Amino acid sequence: APCPQWPYCRKRCSYCNFNKYVVPAVDEAAVRACLVRETRTLLRLSQVQSVTSVFFGGGTPSLASPCTIAAVLEAIAGAAHLSAGAEVTLEANPSSASTPRLAGFKEAGVNRLSIGVQVRGALPLSRPRQPLVPPTATTFPPQSLDDAELRLLGREHTAAEARGAVEVARGLFPGRTSLDLLFGLPGQSREGWAQGLEAALGLCDDHISLYQLTLERGTALVAQVWGGALPAPTQDVLADMYQTARSMLVATGFRHYEVSNFARKGALSTHNLSYWRAEQYIGVGPGAHGRFVPRGEGACSREARVQTLEPDTWMQEVQSQGHGTRRRVVLSPLEQLEEALALGLRTDEGITHERWGQLSPNLSLEAVFGAPGEAKDLQQQGWLVLDGGGLRCTWEGLALLDSLLPGLLCQLQRR
Amino acid sequence: QEKLDMSTYPVESIRNFSIIAHVDHGKSTLADRLLEITGTIAKTDRNKQVLDKLQVERERGITVKAQSASLFYNHEGINYLLNLIDTPGHVDFSYEVSRSLSACQGVILVVDANEGIQAQTVANFYLAFEAQLAIIPVINKIDLRNADPERVEKQMEKLFDIPIDDCVRISAKQGTNVEKVLQKVIEKIPPPQCSTADPLKALVFDSTFDHYRGVIANIALFGGEIQKGYKIVSAHTKKRYEVNEVGILTPNEQPTHKLYAGQVGYLIAGMKEVTEAQIGDTLFLYKQPVEPLPGFKSAKPMVFAGMYPVDQTEYNNLRSALERLTLNDSSVTVHRDSSLALGAGWRLGFLGLLHMEVFNQRLEQEYNMAVILTAPTVPYKAILSSAKLIKEYGKAEITIINPAQFPDNLSVSEYLEPTVLGTIVTPHEYIGKIITLCQDRRAVQKDMLYIDECRVMLKYLFPLNEIVVDFYDALKSLSSGYASFDYEDAGYQTADLIKMDILLNGNPIEELATIIHRDKAYATGKFLCERLKDAIPRQLFEIAIQAAIGKKIIARETLKAYRKNVVAKCYGGDITRRMKLLKRQAEGKKLMRKIGNVEVPRDAFIRVLKRQTDK
Repeated sequence: APCPQWPYCRKRCSYCNFNKYVVPAVDEAAVRACLVRETRTLLRLSQVQSVTSVFFGGGTPSLASPCTIAAVLEAIAGAAHLSAGAEVTLEANPSSASTPRLAGFKEAGVNRLSIGVQVRGALPLSRPRQPLVPPTATTFPPQSLDDAELRLLGREHTAAEARGAVEVARGLFPGRTSLDLLFGLPGQSREGWAQGLEAALGLCDDHISLYQLTLERGTALVAQVWGGALPAPTQDVLADMYQTARSMLVATGFRHYEVSNFARKGALSTHNLSYWRAEQYIGVGPGAHGRFVPRGEGACSREARVQTLEPDTWMQEVQSQGHGTRRRVVLSPLEQLEEALALGLRTDEGITHERWGQLSPNLSLEAVFGAPGEAKDLQQQGWLVLDGGGLRCTWEGLALLDSLLPGLLCQLQRR
Repeated sequence: QEKLDMSTYPVESIRNFSIIAHVDHGKSTLADRLLEITGTIAKTDRNKQVLDKLQVERERGITVKAQSASLFYNHEGINYLLNLIDTPGHVDFSYEVSRSLSACQGVILVVDANEGIQAQTVANFYLAFEAQLAIIPVINKIDLRNADPERVEKQMEKLFDIPIDDCVRISAKQGTNVEKVLQKVIEKIPPPQCSTADPLKALVFDSTFDHYRGVIANIALFGGEIQKGYKIVSAHTKKRYEVNEVGILTPNEQPTHKLYAGQVGYLIAGMKEVTEAQIGDTLFLYKQPVEPLPGFKSAKPMVFAGMYPVDQTEYNNLRSALERLTLNDSSVTVHRDSSLALGAGWRLGFLGLLHMEVFNQRLEQEYNMAVILTAPTVPYKAILSSAKLIKEYGKAEITIINPAQFPDNLSVSEYLEPTVLGTIVTPHEYIGKIITLCQDRRAVQKDMLYIDECRVMLKYLFPLNEIVVDFYDALKSLSSGYASFDYEDAGYQTADLIKMDILLNGNPIEELATIIHRDKAYATGKFLCERLKDAIPRQLFEIAIQAAIGKKIIARETLKAYRKNVVAKCYGGDITRRMKLLKRQAEGKKLMRKIGNVEVPRDAFIRVLKRQTDK
């Protein structure tokens, strides 16, 4: 599953600390050539025969032109088998999601859209900038489809634009349009969030991702919260918002298949599932991460790989050596199991006996977690289940996963 | 180096004296000038606190380790030998001060012309006065713009009965009138009353440890003479030694052929540990025993604190640093101790708070050791009433250093706590606040005296535990730094003591058990619970943090359970960072202390137990 990165944005959002670059002019032809070249190099290195999904992330990949997307997909098809049913997702931003543009992406081969009504990326500063909402104005009616909230997040598209973009996307990618929503914004109330979610439910297709806003170091938003200019919601409010959202979505027919992801009518994201199932993926582009076995070199161990962060340097490296891999670390069998456990438990299916057995043929799930220890205690407390399906969180346990994992890792390390 | 012949200085031409002063009143600067004038050291601009060799002494402007110096001075045609015996500048070291003073016949009492008499001036004056020493009052820093020597002279007259005309006004910094002080030393201080014809009788008033030469004992001869090859005996340990070297301090060691009655110098005699040359001990010739000099006692620690390495792998390094530092400071008592939360460490006894701070600072500066120091406690006592316990301990009165040893009140007739007599000197505008502060600390007023129109001296009897943690800081902050404080040991008094436990979901935390006065239990319990609440991370269940006396709960804080703790985004690019954090948390979990089912990080105890120095 290749995941090409388009590292450029038009503007910095106040909450984002991703590897992204705001530059006045991008030499798109050069970037395209490099993405294509690195895709070929790494796919050959992996000796992957068949590609099941492609995910264009960023940055703001919808700022790239459709022909760039097409070129990368052609490169993939040239190096491996890209079946007609493969999921090809593009992260899009309402401001770069006009009907002709989205149609162009569809033409290029994209068949699934993930619309960040506040994902990374935003419009240029064409509109006069308005001051931030003062911390006393603590209620935002419909979340993120609300203009005041969008400004708070440093987003320059309006709620109307966002609605328009979602409608266009649903027309072009029916059943395959995903909506990204943030909650836990400074000043947001439980009621405000519930109303916002209600509005989003009226608009959405069959997939929603809900993310609690993480205050990341080095962002404009965190500086305002730490400086006391913006009030951060309390732990209790955040917990209530999450529970409300889960209940509302499940009641409207969505399956809560991962901590932050919901789907109905089977519209799960194949690509993202591959992360949580600890399958192979290849990161292409500046700062992209990958996990695969470089069989082309004769290796047989899974590696964690990171491509060079800075786009210009990355391009130079790709031009001179065919790829910009900056760091590669061989993952030990224990580390692979640790990742599989930490990621698998994020999903509703958990980690199945079958998947565990593929990674650990000699030591079963039962042998590790069925013995007295942390997992048993957590089962008795009602946070965890180990049964014929595998090891997974209960409904209550999923919201507390990060408190469960350290103990489970300790238990795994003891074996 | 040629050895000096000290026989040219008979008893009549010898003067032994100390300089005593409140901190920062100029004791060390005056010593520097005296050393320069007598040619003991070359006169340069760099002579600052020549006798204070330790970094901590120079930084804090205090003397921790007394140094001595022999000065040669010609006055009216006679060559005098003036022995300046430096003293530590704080009552924590009052025992050492009194030992130093016992080698003297007089003192120079230095008072700052601007600050006037301070708490420590009072304490030092009485030490000298009770030892019946000649006192030369000196008013220093007359060059300062705000100097008011008349006012200080009046204070001296009112408080100490010193005639106004007797005070010498000087500026030690500029050298003004320092020569006059030397003349007063010769005129007013009597020579020592002793004879070379008597048998050897030498007082040990200080000792240091040298890695190559062993113990170097500073001695004052109260009779006889001493030289290399003499066989001597310690009156305290009864151990025998052969003298390797004697000499005087100028201020570095300078060997001499002999030392004679009335003189002051050093001795090296194959002693391996400083405990063999205890301050206050008397040395005499083998088979010629003498009546030991009075007043010898082992230093008695008044403040105890746990000391642990920040990292247990540093345990051995810390142990060796402690051993080396205590070689030079035999007044620190060291007992091995261990705590489930903090690991292996020691319970150290100090003479007082400053002593504790200085010791800690020396460990950091001279041995580069970072340590965890727990909140200080004091030695309580209990008079046992249970025959069984009395038999067990072999005595009816026991000293309790560790709360774990606190006997139940059913088997105790009374508990006792140590007290001190505190002296506070303050500008009068702060009296109200200071009296309130003292009352809050359960202190009883003993005296209140205006030493001039605007300064007051207060005397209070304090329970020692009420001043060991933050009293001095509180006093300084409510008086804008103007009030000074000093204290002396005042014995034990009965007290209504109880043992308070801190519980997590009903399980006691052994290392947080505290012995406390009943009146203070509620406030302290509340404080400990609040601090602990901030130091323990939320867990999967609710945690009750309680303070209890016996079965009675007196304070409670509740740490709510986590309701949501899961990172929102975990995709390809997030995984490496995520796993790193999780593995660190898993490692941290292994180091957690489990109390019942509650996991407590080690640093939680440190945060609760540590002294609040940054308040």
